[in-house]
Amino acid sequence: MIKGDTWLTPTLARRGLLLTPAARRRQWLVRHVGQGSLLLVTSLSTLAVLFIFYFIIRDAWPFVQLRGIREFFTSTHWYPSAAGAEFGAASILFGSAVVTFGAILVAVPLGVAAAVCLSDVLPFSLRQGVKPVIEILAAIPSVAYGFFALVVFAPLLQEKGGQLLAVASWLIGAPVLALAIIVLSDLATTRMTDARRRAGRWGLAMGLAVPALYGLWALSRGLDGLQINSGTNALNVAIILGIMALPTVVSVSEDALQAVGRELREGSYALGATRAETLVKIVIPAARSGITAAIILGVMRALGETMVVWMASGNAAQIPTPWFNVLEPVRTLTATIAGDMGEADQVTGSARYHVLFFMALCLLVFSFLCNGISQRFIRKAKRISES
Amino acid sequence: MKSMMMGMISVVIGAGMVFAGDPNKVVVDGSTTVGPIAKAFAEYAMQKNPVMNITVSESGSGNGAKSLLNNACDVATMSRPMKNSEKKAAQEAGILAFETVVAMDGLAMIVHESNPVQGLTLEQIRAIYSGQIVNWKELGGPDQPIVLISRDTNSGTYESFETLVMKGAKIGSKAEYVGSNGAIRQRVVSTPAAIGYVGLAFCEGVKVLAVNQVTPSAETVVNKSYPISRPLFMYTNGRPKAGTAKGDFVLLGNTPEGRKIIEDVGYIPVQ
Repeated sequence: MIKGDTWLTPTLARRGLLLTPAARRRQWLVRHVGQGSLLLVTSLSTLAVLFIFYFIIRDAWPFVQLRGIREFFTSTHWYPSAAGAEFGAASILFGSAVVTFGAILVAVPLGVAAAVCLSDVLPFSLRQGVKPVIEILAAIPSVAYGFFALVVFAPLLQEKGGQLLAVASWLIGAPVLALAIIVLSDLATTRMTDARRRAGRWGLAMGLAVPALYGLWALSRGLDGLQINSGTNALNVAIILGIMALPTVVSVSEDALQAVGRELREGSYALGATRAETLVKIVIPAARSGITAAIILGVMRALGETMVVWMASGNAAQIPTPWFNVLEPVRTLTATIAGDMGEADQVTGSARYHVLFFMALCLLVFSFLCNGISQRFIRKAKRISES
Repeated sequence: MKSMMMGMISVVIGAGMVFAGDPNKVVVDGSTTVGPIAKAFAEYAMQKNPVMNITVSESGSGNGAKSLLNNACDVATMSRPMKNSEKKAAQEAGILAFETVVAMDGLAMIVHESNPVQGLTLEQIRAIYSGQIVNWKELGGPDQPIVLISRDTNSGTYESFETLVMKGAKIGSKAEYVGSNGAIRQRVVSTPAAIGYVGLAFCEGVKVLAVNQVTPSAETVVNKSYPISRPLFMYTNGRPKAGTAKGDFVLLGNTPEGRKIIEDVGYIPVQ
């Protein structure tokens, strides 16, 4: 780059190797206009977020002025349309929490297990086929999930709910208990001499297996006798939302597991570790940040979902008794916003209208926090995989 | 969609133009429940006579009354009678609010077909929905907790139920809310312990309960022996005259074509 005029300038300009001052100005202009417009386009999405925050806060604030926030967070009386309207959203906040937590209980074990299987267990060719199929789950519209939950799953829970739960308790309980027994008996016998170890391990495992099996049998008997009255309940929605959050959890945690790198795995194998040991003690701990990020993204997916919960959660604004009874209908924030928006007229600026924005603000703040935390974990995961 | 938008726009503009003198223009505003009838009437009238220009918007019964008082509409559709305060305000504004009943609407209480309960009293229904009666065995049915299904608070059906049945009592927190009459029916069809309330057009595949020993039908709704029924109104400034666009529109419900339209939409024509 030649700065300013030198004795070479006329020659270079004549040969077309140097821009004339006019061309240089033109180029400067084009470059800055180009950069400027790209910046504008990029900042549009950021601006959109800011605007969303602005408008939601603007319409949520009158609610705080009209009713205060104490009733909203502490009362469970949700009667927005009655003459003496009450806006206690504690049961609705509870509903959102319980449904999201349930979805995470479904999505995380399944999702992380599937991610481990995809990244370290399945052969490459099979993985190429399986991953797109899991990702199709994300492409199914939520109203289709909702329809399934309402028309197929809810009646099924009502008719065969007890049996279903009993079978599920075996399907989940048996492998988990088997794993726990093997690990426990292994740990308990590490200090024995080699000669006695084998016998001790077997003896202990058998001793533990009998009460475990009995407990499982008793549990499934109890569940079998259960009669589910309303199939549109927290359990139904939690399972469906869990399935909807699966693709997010699988693909983000699989990326994290992939990012761990060959060196760590090979190092582990070289020290004599088996594949299971490598996975449990090396790969998963190394990918911990990424897996945490995956879980948080799954939480956000479940929390923000509207259609499925509006169709299949029952929308009863109550905290069930006892509170952990997931076979009772619940109501979530998203479903309340969707369901009450039509009647809440914005013209008169009633509390009924502004309370919905206050709910939206709660959701938005929570998602923002989750997003921030997951970004931190993703950055951390990147740093680990690079070092 | 486009015609709806145009309708909305023309209502706004119409506020200033209605009485500018176009005799073929009718502006209708008010109840979302009566909306389907008004829209079907408008479609029929405009098809029959293309010079007619009828716009229908649905902003709620209360807003319909307000529009009529402010000369912003010709016809106010309402799913409840005008309150005394509204009538008084109309008199002061120099408007004689004339009431025409266009159709009748009844709410049927429905349960699963396997449910042995035959009928309930209004008091029992109120006790069920406010959470005082929680098990079917208290009503002579099987030992099953009652699953309450209600329309969401958005709907006119919900408001009718609230005024005609609940009468100030609050619906219990166990009630499940769904988005349409069809969804209530669907939930009741698939849930043995459920109870719900729907318009008369949504009773297929479910058992309809007698209320105070009266089964809802076109007949019992019209002779008012069925307790959860209500007339649907159209209000005009002064008695509607046959021969004018406005009059013909409001009185369409008395003609055989009008009755057929009302039946098709799912309501009961006035005898």
